[in-house]
Parts: sequence; structure tokens; C-alpha cells
Amino acid sequence: MSFLSLNDISRTFGTTRAVAGVSLDVNQGEFFGLLGPSGCGKTTTLRMIAGLEKPDSGSILFQDKDITNLPPERRGFGMVFQNYALFPHLNVFENVAFGLRARHKRKEEMNERVNSALELVQLPNYGKRAIDQLSGGQQQRVAIARAIAIEPALLLFDEPLSNLDVSLREETRRELRELVTRLGLTAVYVTHDQEEAFALCDRISVMVGGKLMQTGRPRELYEQPSEISVACFLGRNNLIKAMRLSSSKTTDGEFKTLEGEHTLHLPVKHEDLAPLNKPVYLAIRPEHVELSTNNNAAENSLRGNIREIVFGGATSTVRVDANGLLIEALVLRTDALEVNQPCNVILSPDHLTLLK
Amino acid sequence: MALLLVTAIVLLYGVIYPNLSVAVSSFQRAGTWTLANYTEILSQRIVLEAIVSSLGLSIATVFFCALVGIPLAFLFERYTFPGRRLFAAFAALPLVLPPLVGTVAFIYLVGESGILAHGIQNLLGLQNPPWRLRGWSALILFHTYTMYPFFYVLTGAGLRRIDASLAEAARSLGASKTTVLRRVLLPQLTPSLLAAALLTFMTSMASFSAPLLFGGDVRVLTLEIFTARQRGDFGIAITETVILAVISLGALFFFQRYEGTRRFAAAAMKGAPRRRASIASGPARVLATILAVVFAIVLVLPVATLFLVSFAREGSWTTQTIPSAYTVANYQRLFADPWAAEVFFNSVTMSAIAAVAALLWSFAVVTLLRRGRNEQKFFGEGWRRLLSLLVLVPWALPGTVVAVSVAEAYGGPSLLLGSFVLVGTFWILPVVYFLRFMPLVVRALQASMEQVDPTLEEAAGSLGARTWQRFMRVTLPLVWPGAVAGTLLAFVIALGEYVASVLVFVPANRPISIAIASELRDFKLGAAAAYGVVLIVIISISMIVAGRLERLRA
Repeated sequence: MSFLSLNDISRTFGTTRAVAGVSLDVNQGEFFGLLGPSGCGKTTTLRMIAGLEKPDSGSILFQDKDITNLPPERRGFGMVFQNYALFPHLNVFENVAFGLRARHKRKEEMNERVNSALELVQLPNYGKRAIDQLSGGQQQRVAIARAIAIEPALLLFDEPLSNLDVSLREETRRELRELVTRLGLTAVYVTHDQEEAFALCDRISVMVGGKLMQTGRPRELYEQPSEISVACFLGRNNLIKAMRLSSSKTTDGEFKTLEGEHTLHLPVKHEDLAPLNKPVYLAIRPEHVELSTNNNAAENSLRGNIREIVFGGATSTVRVDANGLLIEALVLRTDALEVNQPCNVILSPDHLTLLK
Repeated sequence: MALLLVTAIVLLYGVIYPNLSVAVSSFQRAGTWTLANYTEILSQRIVLEAIVSSLGLSIATVFFCALVGIPLAFLFERYTFPGRRLFAAFAALPLVLPPLVGTVAFIYLVGESGILAHGIQNLLGLQNPPWRLRGWSALILFHTYTMYPFFYVLTGAGLRRIDASLAEAARSLGASKTTVLRRVLLPQLTPSLLAAALLTFMTSMASFSAPLLFGGDVRVLTLEIFTARQRGDFGIAITETVILAVISLGALFFFQRYEGTRRFAAAAMKGAPRRRASIASGPARVLATILAVVFAIVLVLPVATLFLVSFAREGSWTTQTIPSAYTVANYQRLFADPWAAEVFFNSVTMSAIAAVAALLWSFAVVTLLRRGRNEQKFFGEGWRRLLSLLVLVPWALPGTVVAVSVAEAYGGPSLLLGSFVLVGTFWILPVVYFLRFMPLVVRALQASMEQVDPTLEEAAGSLGARTWQRFMRVTLPLVWPGAVAGTLLAFVIALGEYVASVLVFVPANRPISIAIASELRDFKLGAAAAYGVVLIVIISISMIVAGRLERLRA
């Protein structure tokens, strides 16, 4: 019995299918992320949850009630907009009190709830300020206070941190997560920033091109992407085009790379993921690629030449040419490495994933 | 749903039915369908002449307005020099003068017995006035004075929108200054220039006061329609009305199409606006300053004349350059004489009714237009276009056409009102004012609404506010300055309205403009001027308030 569930919802604008058959479940108390590149339909999905857009097909259930056609004002979900959408003609107090006034709350209760919401976002005594007297970070906090003041059944965030500068973003992110946990709220959080999503969310759905690609815990998504689009979107990844050679009954798969013609071994969990004699993609994160200059024969060790070393601060990127197959490795120290030096590239089977 | 109904009813009664009924009756005679009206009036030399005169006058007006307005816009928008602000402050003055008041002021200044003519006559000791303010040259002069601001304002706005870096890029690619003007600036200005040309053309087609008072032998369509109605020749008046309407609507369609491309051009602009350059050369600087001062004087002079004459004792201004005796009696009369006070009361009441109705109605229309954008199933794009177009139609039609069509549709028992006859009642003028000026309010409100971030209403919705609460607590507080400014504008324009009033006013309920015209006919020049000055004062105050409101919005 999930708290919120979207069942096969779609939305078309003109000729573009913004959202195509998205289904997902959010559990109570969960901080759920919708992650994807811009234009992938994540905001439209969020707006359909909020009731600001109606799906063309499919249904939305909240606590087992069908809310697909319920107008936003009757859903009781708090929403934090990307541009905050603070009412410019009202001061901070009135902005936060807006939802309470719409509910005709008594004055004492309203004062109490507004003040406690402002305290929660660490803006006590800011009530009389005008919106344009606040910094971006403060406006963002008022927007959050306004959304939590109505004691929402569900909190929706539409890229709320994207207008803040980097240092403020990390700080606000931490506070936001703490606040949501403390109040025991359920949240759906839309972002295109994977680092943000990883840091905040319990579970994440990755959306690309209006479709939901993969849902899982951040670590799962990062280390075991199931789709090329997910692997590409979630940070740098070495994509290796390869063909499966033997179809033994064991889970051990033997692959030949199309570039460089190396032989790689990795376990295959589902037979149908890797049909014989058809090119597939293998992925490995640059930080999981090991480089070694001695000649011990580890599994999936390829001979190569260092092409380029790019210093990047804490880590450096090393590009190795293994007989025509280019592999990127992220290493902490490059003292022992030089350009044109021969080395072994080790692609550990534990970190190699097979993509759909 | 209720909004849709109200909007549809107003459009049906106010726009669709009157215009259709005029069109239909132009094809009818004694109840049967016929082209007789057209063949008859098109065979009359005088009518053909009126059509040709109207078109000719309008084309000449566009030409001369462009000739004056465009260079002025370039000079004042792109350069800075002493006196620039002085001119800029008065540049749009003729636009806000009620046409009748402007005409009267013009007669006092450059008419054959006006200040300039008498001045020269007395200076040189001539027998007769050096010129007569009559006919083509007089009309073109007056039209250029009153309508050049369309070109000045729109060209200026176009120039401001152009990204300065485009010209710089062209220069860096080796283009000379004239090449930049020809190949970069002018193509980008084309939409603005076209809009100005069409506005000028339509305003000139609708011009009535000047042809009436000093047109001489130039008989334009608006005037012909008026005299045909005076003669009781309703068939001809109606047929001429249709011809005038078709020409004006043709211009509107043209205008609409090009407005679309203008928006496209504006959307592409993101760079920094160009800064005004200082004129370096000494003589050019002096020349520009002299030009600014001279033009500022030319712009203010008619109004100043009106002000002067409003203090003239009746009968004290015959052959003198300026009136010989002054008094405040003209003004005292306006407030003391119950008849004069009543005229003011009438105009204010009727204009206020029209303006407030226009404001309320605008909210219905604009809400519908906005909702249409979000919910395409409910109200498709095609309907939205039709709605905007129907709203604009009365704005594009000359006042003469609006008045004649309403008079024709509701001058007797009608399909829509049954036995109720609108013509001859108090309500005819408020209705005509509403129809003529509600497009202004709709546009003002639309512009305000467009500046309101749609996520604000969404945020209010997500916080639990119902439709009505969203409107009262979010939308209305944000748009009211713009809406009120637009309403005020409609109010003051209605206050000085003459063209339509003269066709359908009720003697028991005369508006200010009719009073001005009758004072003028009785040679009570001071009294006519006093009315005009009071109108100008009311308009100025309203404009200042509207300007403040606009700034409040920003």
C-alpha cells in the first residue's frame, strides 16, 4: 500500500509527449527524487502530482484515493517553486500565512503556526520584511516556510535550490533534509543535479525523454545503471561496446570488445540481457578503473598506453589507449605515471555493468 | 462558464449584431436584397470623391508624419544634447488632446483669424489675412501635428529595442555607417514603422473634427456619412459606413499580421540597449538644441493659445493679434451656469459608466484569454484568436462607424432588444463610449496580467486558495495599477469624445464636446476654449495619476 502512486500517467503538449507512461510509488516518510536532464518531463510529472496539470491518461492515487482530477487547492500538498513564487505584494508573514488564511484559521493559531514555520527555517522576526528586501537564500527559506505552514500531507519541490549559489546550496540542502526528516514529512523532489539528488533522496527515479528509466537507491543507480541513458546521465562513465562470445549455462559471460578486441569477463544475471552476437554496452566508472605498471595478471587486465594526464585538483584523469579502446581512469596520485608510459588497465568484474 | 456567457453576450450585442445589421441593411432596400445602394452611391461623383479624398488624405498624412516623426525619433533617441528632454516631455502631447479640442486650438492659432495670421497681417499692414486655413494643406498640416507621435513614439521604441551589439558587429565586419543603417537598423525597424504607418492611416481615416471645421472642399467619408444622416439619407449613410469600415478593418488585419512578427523580433533581443551618444560637433549641437526648443514650442503653442483665448472677454478678439481684454468669466460660467455644469456632469457620468463597465468586462475577457492558453480543450486557440479579434474590432473602426452601426441596429425595435429602442435614451452614449474604448482597457489589463508570473497563482492554488480567493488575493492586488491606468485612459478619452457623440447624442443629455462645438458656432470663442482647457487639465491629471500607477506596477 503505497502513500502516493502514479499509474501510467502521460501528458502531451501539442505534439511533444512531455510525460509518457510514468508509473511510480512513493512511500510514507520517504524523500523521493525525480532526476533527469532538462526537458525530460520531471517538472511536468511533479506538476501533475500537485494538480497544476492534468494527465491525459493514467491515474494518481494518494492514500488509496484517486486524486487525478482533484484541483490543486483541494489536495493539501505544499509546493516549493523553482522561482519561489513568493507574492511580491505581501510581506513575509502574509506570504507564510497565505495558505492558513485560505483555510480560515483563527488568528491565534495562524500567528503561532506562521511564527513556528519561520523559526523552523531560521527566519524568526522577519515577518514584517518585504519580499524584495530578502536575499535569494532567505526568499527560498520563506518559500519553504510557506509550504510547511499548511502542514502538508506531501511536500513537492521543483528544483528549489537551482537559483542559489554553490556554497549556499549545500548548506540549504542539509537544512532542508533535516527539516523534512524532523517533521516526518514525505517529499518529492525534482532536480537535474545528481549530486543534489544523491545527497538528499532516499530513492530516486531517473527520467529521460518523458520516460522513467530506473528507480532505486542512489548508490544502486550510480553503480548499477541498467540503461545507457541512466549511465550517461549519472556522471562520467566509460562505455565499452562489446559482443558476447559464449553462452555457457554458468553466469560467467565472456565478451569481446569491438574496439581493441580485448576479452572481458563479467557475471551475467539475466540471460536475455546479453544475447549472443549482438553488440551490447558495458559500463565502468572512471574511479573504478585501476591502473597498474607491474605485470601481474589480474582479471580483465588490458595492456595500454597512457595518452593524457589531466590534473583536476584532488583527483586527476588519466586517459589510456588500450589498443584502440580509450578508457578514462580517475586516480588520486599521478606521481608514478607519465604520458606514453605502458600500463595495465584493470576493469574489475564487480564494477563492470551490462546496460540495456 | 459565466465569464464566457457575459463575454459572448457583450460581443454579440455590441460588436457582432450592430456591424452585421449595418452590413445587411446596406444590401437591402424596402426589405428586399439589392445592390442598389452600392450602384447608386458609387455612381455619385461626390461619394467617389469622398472615398478618394479619405484615402488620399490618409496616405498623405502617413507620408508627412513619417517625414517628421522618423528623423525626430532618430535624433532624440540616439543622441543627447541640451534641450533634448524639453522636447521629449512634450513629444506625445498631441496624442492626448481630444481631436475636437486640438482642432479648436489649431483654428485659434493658425486659422485665418488666428493669432499667427493676424500677427503677420498687423505686422505687415496687409488688407487680408496672409492665408486661409482651408482644404488639403490645412488638413495635412493638422494631421501631421496630431499624428506624427505615432511615428515618433514607435520608431523610438523600436530603436531602443535594437541590440546595440548588432550594429557594432556589422561595423566590425566592415560595414559603413550607411550600410549599417540600411541593412541592420532599418530591417529591424520595419515592423515598428509599419505599425506606425497603419495606426496613422487608421486614425486619419477616422478623422472627423478637422474636416468638419476646416476641410473646405475636401469631403472625406466620415463627413459624408454625417451629412447624409443629417439630410435623412440613411441608406447612403449606411452604405458609406460599410465602405469606411471595410477599409479600416483591412488595415487592422494588416496590422495584426505584422504585430506577430514584431513580437518575434522583440523576443530575439537580449543584448544591451544602445547608449545615447553625445553630439560632439559644436554647430551640430547648437542646431540640435535650437531644433528641440523650436519643436517644443510648436507642440505647446496650440495649447498655450487655447489657454490664452479661454481668458478672452467675449467679443474682444476680432482683428487684433491677441485678445484685447481678459476675464475669468468664461470659467466662472462653467461652474456657475447650471447648463454648463450639467454638460460636465453628463460627460463625467456617461464616461464613468462606460469606463467602469469596460474595466469589469476586461477582467472577464482577459481571464478567458488566459485560461484558454492553459486548457486548450476547454477553449481552443482558434476561439482565443477570434475573441481577441472581436475585441479589437471596435477599436479599429472609426467612431463614426461605431455610432452609425449602433444607431442602425438599435434605432428601432430590434431582434436582440425587442421593442426597446436604445437610440434616444440616456444609455446610447455610454454604450457607444464603452464599445469604442473598452479595447484600450482590455489591452492595458492584458499587459498587466502578462507581467504576473503564472506560478504565483499556482502557488496560491497549492496553498489551498480557491479560484475566487486566488483572484482577490493574488491577481487583483498585482494588476490593479495597470487596470486602473487603462480605465482612466478610457475615461478621459470618452470625456472629450466628439465623433460618435455628434451622431447619436440626446439633446437632454449633451456631452462636453457638443457644447464646445455649439459655443464655437455661436462665436463664443472664450467659452469654447474654457471647456477645452478644463478638459485638458482633467486629462493631464489623469495622465499623471496613470503614470504613477504604471510605475507602481513596475
